[in-house]
Amino acid sequence: MTATPAPARMPRQPIRHRLAERGIDFSLLLLLPAVAVIAGLFLYPFIYGVGISFQPQAGGGVFANYKNFFTDSYQSGSILKTLRLALPVALVSVGLAAPLAYQCRRDFRGRKVVTLVVMLPITFGSILIAQGMPRVFSPYGWANLLLNDVGLPQANLIYNYWGTFIAAVLTTLPLSFLMMMGFFGGIDRSLEHAAATLGAGRAARFWRIILPLAAPGILTAFMLACVEAFAIFPSAILVGQPDNQTHVLTIPIYQAASQNSDYTQASAIAIVLTAIELLILALAVFVRGLLFKGPATGGKG
Amino acid sequence: MTAATLAPAPAAPPPTSTRRRPTVTAVLTWLVAGLFAATLLSVLASVIVTALSTSWGGGWLPAGFTFSWFSQAWNTPGLADSIKVTFEVAIADVAVALLIGVPAGYVLARKKFPGRNAILLFVLLPVILPSLTYAVQLAALMYRLGIGGTLLSVILVNLVPILPLVILITVPFVEQISPDVEHAAKVFGADNLRLFSRVLVPLLAPGIVAAGVLSLVRVLGSFELTFFVSGAKTQTLVVTIFGALSDPGGPPPALTAAMTVFYMAIALLGLLISLRFANPAQTLARPARRVL
Amino acid sequence: MAITMTDAQARAASAGFEKLSLRGVTRAYGKNPPALCDFDLELGRGDFVALLGPSGCGKSTALACLAGLQPLTRGSIWRDEERIDTRPTEQRGFGMVFQNYALFPHLSVQKNVEFGLAMRKVARRERQQRALAALRTVQLEEHAGKLPSQLSGGQQQRVAIARALAIEPEVVLMDEPLSNLDAALRIEMRTEIKRLYQERGLTVLYVTHDQEEALSLATRLVVLRKGRLEQTGTPQEVYTNPVSAYVAGFMGYRNLFPASYLESGAGREVTVSAFETSVTGTLIAGEQPVSGGEVTVAIRPEDFTIAADADKNAIKAIAEVVEFHGRELSVQARTAAGGVLHLKTDQSVVAGSNLALTARPDRVLVYQGGLDRSELDIEVGAA
Repeated sequence: MTATPAPARMPRQPIRHRLAERGIDFSLLLLLPAVAVIAGLFLYPFIYGVGISFQPQAGGGVFANYKNFFTDSYQSGSILKTLRLALPVALVSVGLAAPLAYQCRRDFRGRKVVTLVVMLPITFGSILIAQGMPRVFSPYGWANLLLNDVGLPQANLIYNYWGTFIAAVLTTLPLSFLMMMGFFGGIDRSLEHAAATLGAGRAARFWRIILPLAAPGILTAFMLACVEAFAIFPSAILVGQPDNQTHVLTIPIYQAASQNSDYTQASAIAIVLTAIELLILALAVFVRGLLFKGPATGGKG
Repeated sequence: MTAATLAPAPAAPPPTSTRRRPTVTAVLTWLVAGLFAATLLSVLASVIVTALSTSWGGGWLPAGFTFSWFSQAWNTPGLADSIKVTFEVAIADVAVALLIGVPAGYVLARKKFPGRNAILLFVLLPVILPSLTYAVQLAALMYRLGIGGTLLSVILVNLVPILPLVILITVPFVEQISPDVEHAAKVFGADNLRLFSRVLVPLLAPGIVAAGVLSLVRVLGSFELTFFVSGAKTQTLVVTIFGALSDPGGPPPALTAAMTVFYMAIALLGLLISLRFANPAQTLARPARRVL
Repeated sequence: MAITMTDAQARAASAGFEKLSLRGVTRAYGKNPPALCDFDLELGRGDFVALLGPSGCGKSTALACLAGLQPLTRGSIWRDEERIDTRPTEQRGFGMVFQNYALFPHLSVQKNVEFGLAMRKVARRERQQRALAALRTVQLEEHAGKLPSQLSGGQQQRVAIARALAIEPEVVLMDEPLSNLDAALRIEMRTEIKRLYQERGLTVLYVTHDQEEALSLATRLVVLRKGRLEQTGTPQEVYTNPVSAYVAGFMGYRNLFPASYLESGAGREVTVSAFETSVTGTLIAGEQPVSGGEVTVAIRPEDFTIAADADKNAIKAIAEVVEFHGRELSVQARTAAGGVLHLKTDQSVVAGSNLALTARPDRVLVYQGGLDRSELDIEVGAA
């Protein structure tokens, strides 16, 4: 006669709890300002730039900016000239930095000095370096005076491809070095010890253990060096030959924006630059995925 | 049963060190390093010497020496302004980047939430992509908004590469701190504010300093971003120097060199202070061990 | 520059191996006190020697010096009549198992085990066979193709052992190989190591801070203290007759307390004053102390007996904590003065009950002087 009451239904979890289970809670507010800055000052300008690139100042259709760039062989040739510069610069920077980083992977008495010297280009920037190069590399500069004294022929190393090349290596090598010193140093010492107890001499330890484990890091350093060298700018103008040999991709951007005040054209070329940079990054990520990728610690401990 | 003793060892020859002779590659490497250092230092030295020279044709040394370029540079209209602007921009940018970036880095390191990976990717891009890929669009936007040429716009544009830098440096430092430390603080009654100020910030101090230092260095030398957006009165020092260098009718090289020496002094000061507190090489290496 | 030996050379060389000697080996870092000082050790063929001590005592340094991973500040290392401390690690031919396993993360399990053989230029087919055989002895044959990161801690450790054994070294060095494993696995692996040692007639130098491990595995124990040799002997010898209070503390003599010397009896019997009573024990080493002089007393928990109350020389204490250990009880008792004693008994004891404790004089070890408690990292009971 008295029916047992039906079991009460479970009250619905408050929405705050349900969100928290997915990781969404008030702490995300700490992230908000940063996201706002990046969205507003990086993403949005990009979109804005893409937008105006399709609204050419001088008219001529939606794709006029791009057409103008690619049909002008002087302008579009800058892509190849940039490649001709960026790839060797990255190769040389990483190629020279890697052995040095390997030597410096463990602490030793002079390491602080080496780090300080390496930090100088990063601290001072490419403009200062470009400014100092003429006195060293011009026909009457110190380098040529030295070559003269030693009886060697003159070297034409400034206001051409080589000037920019040298300036670029001087600024790119340090960052590559610091990155790779971290990678080499991050390889657990006990792995080298284990290899030694198993009979591996210095060469075998390097080629079979250290290099395979550092390879992904070296590739990353190369990729970043490439990306950085590809957008080289002040030194291409100051110590290069901006009209010809070092007419790199950044120069048309600069000319369109500063000299012609045509921001739509400048944006278009900048987007071409960005597209190429992203291509390089994608390529490197793909190649790196093929290599071994894992902790370089060799187990627990 | 008692400590064992052997018969006295035969007179052993003096201990030989097992340190090996350096290899050929090592020698070559250090030679190349020496060449790099020599080139770098001579390039930097040449600026300083030029700033001290009266005139310099060919030859190893200038014709004469003088300090007058420094006072002349100091009195050049625009230079004092650009030094002031440089300081203002640097301090503002680093302060804002740390204030916004460290908490953001903390959240990204600790919490898992939908969209985290996407955010990490977008945080990474402004650091990796060189500034010219976005400097022009950003400048166009600033002008569109009507603030082109102002100090505010210079501060804003320079925030773009360094905020992600701060975040990316903070993340591994946060990961190094075991979450148990935070749990323990909570169990013992610390609310979030005290957790941050008394536990996290002290533990993160080396990371915060490292991030601050690297951002400072980056802002001081930042060129492309400032260049496209600054006006005559809101140029930073590097932009002024570039202008002087690339202008064929511009100031004599020695005068520009004197300006650069001012810049070098500021940058060097920043570097030395920072090296006192942080080792940038360690920062760039992923911390491999968990602390605590 | 000498190259590493081929496998054939290694085998020929090891046929005649009789013993390894470390003579006066010292390793100091700059001006700091040496990590290892004047250390002598002889390791004979077929020995299983355990280096035992707390962290910082120099045991890992000794192993590293023997392996060539650390240079010697003074002293020499000999293999029979040949001096080897001038040789680099890769030419010493010892197998080594590391505390963190140190497996090469980019190589498969099989390639890891083959590594030493590859260094000795063993032909591929034979290399593979020997590697698989080594994996078989540690029962990991089916995991040969995996990467180390795909294995559990215990499995990784077994691969590390297989890798060291595959080159059939004269001596196997083990640096706290089990300390990163959990308790159950540790005991299991211990038996594994002992089995391998016996089956293959290995010669092993084993570093550990765990006395239980050392006692169960070794044919000879070497106890180190602050870089110096404190005692060496068979496990039985060191366990029963520790030469100092430090060693006693390490060997499970949980009751270590200060006392004052009263008088001597027959032979090495002495009576000391502790816990408001006089205790008779045996003086280990040294001459008669000064009357009233400070001594340290060491007693194993299992050597205490609960006496009938009437025994006038028993130590009076009240049982505080009683732990059930299956076949016996482990009791922590507190004396009137506040000192803590540990005992094991199969009588039934209730917390709070009064106990009167005695021990046979030959199991009460008395040492001259006091004991620095921090050295042992364990609690020392106060009298």
